[in-house]
Amino acid sequence: MSIDPIERHLFLEGIFLRFGHDFRLYAEASLNRRLNSLLTRFQTDSLLKLLQRILETPALFRDVLPFLTINTSEFFRDPTFFRALRENVVPVLKTYSKFTIWVAGCSTGEEVLSLAILLKEENLLKRAIIHATDINAQAIKRASEGIYELSTMQTYNRNYTSAGGTKNPSDYYTAEYGLARFDPALLENVVFSEHNLATDAAFVEAHLILCRNVLIYFNRDLQDRVFDLFTSSLAYKGFLGIGSKESMRFSPSATHYETIDQDLKIYALRSDSATVRNQINRGVQP
Amino acid sequence: MSIRLIAIGTSAGGVTAIQRLMALLPKDFRIPLVVVQHLPSNPGINLSLVFGSAMHFPVFEAVDKLAIEAGTVYFAPPGYHLLVEKDQTFSLSQDEPVHFSRPSIDVFFEAAANAYGTHLCGVLLTGANADGAEGLRLIAQQGGVTLVQDPLDAEVNAMPRAALALFQPHFVGSLTQIAHKLTELARGSDVC
Repeated sequence: MSIDPIERHLFLEGIFLRFGHDFRLYAEASLNRRLNSLLTRFQTDSLLKLLQRILETPALFRDVLPFLTINTSEFFRDPTFFRALRENVVPVLKTYSKFTIWVAGCSTGEEVLSLAILLKEENLLKRAIIHATDINAQAIKRASEGIYELSTMQTYNRNYTSAGGTKNPSDYYTAEYGLARFDPALLENVVFSEHNLATDAAFVEAHLILCRNVLIYFNRDLQDRVFDLFTSSLAYKGFLGIGSKESMRFSPSATHYETIDQDLKIYALRSDSATVRNQINRGVQP
Repeated sequence: MSIRLIAIGTSAGGVTAIQRLMALLPKDFRIPLVVVQHLPSNPGINLSLVFGSAMHFPVFEAVDKLAIEAGTVYFAPPGYHLLVEKDQTFSLSQDEPVHFSRPSIDVFFEAAANAYGTHLCGVLLTGANADGAEGLRLIAQQGGVTLVQDPLDAEVNAMPRAALALFQPHFVGSLTQIAHKLTELARGSDVC
């Protein structure tokens, strides 16, 4: 079934006005697929009728939101990315007595835990404050619990070693009743909060921002906005890691960064970009 | 009717089939081709590198927001659904696998049908499951041209058979005949 563009426009506008969640600048093709699933789930063929129901019964939105966001995640996803972090970013982080990391779009927390394990093995975890944010409150709640189905641990075990892990992967969790419970100490310095990349402002000065496989769901205008947000959130020479099939080269922000790893998409804010950051913070187009 | 994109789906037997098909196309073939090929779950394989040296067209992996250009072959990156937007750029998603596949041929065909309508040609080749059949039917419903490899010509016939069980495509034939059809399409002649 193809989505009617006018109904789609009105639906997304209505959701934004009523709930503040802004999907208006999401990449159309994949959002259309999710809107189709949403229509099937609510047994209707019209986004307008569905919007009306949601506006009459706002509690329904809790069941709608998971259809609009994507919560696919994986422990040590693209394991070589974590090797590259160890090689190129960790040595710089080691020069700071305290540092801040922002995991933007943390979903159900797999990326945060992977990062925390890496930092612990590099003796850096106690120096780090990690801000983990997502648009989806339910996902954040799950992320903060650090408990996963034991069946997902297969990927974790396999990826942990490929990612350069040196210990036994099961050192970090205890298995009970079909669940894997990660050591709560790993999440001690993690601050979980709701943050919407489409509408919310910078809130942190980070030495490293990870935002992998989030930008693919955004159209170019929204990608540009998010890159601006990252540029204004990064500390001097801060690092940015995005998904391996995502690219900054189609965005004007590319000029503010130097490439650290072309294949694994690790960038660093250029040392001369402080002026740009101030301009963005003042709302001036660079 | 002018075709602006050729969308090709295949799984088992696909690497050989794609190589043969490409070799049969004339060097001045200008319509961009997008290949969605299932692979065994090895996330490391970049098909554009596998094929790159074997083809007389520029070959790229389709990354997010890349603009589709004439005379070029694109491969879906492993582990992602590939989609295409109305402005003729690629987009990706990591939504749940479809037919146990990511990339899924159905997902790409559907997005391409929505974006290109009558200017799309969908091709379904050798393969071991039913992914792509429903998407190919959507291409036909949106006015696009649909070609299916003859199950007798296919190394693995489940994928073409699934399409033929679902609807009657515009053309069913061998790889050689499909290459001829594509060449005719590129010359702007009406093949159907």
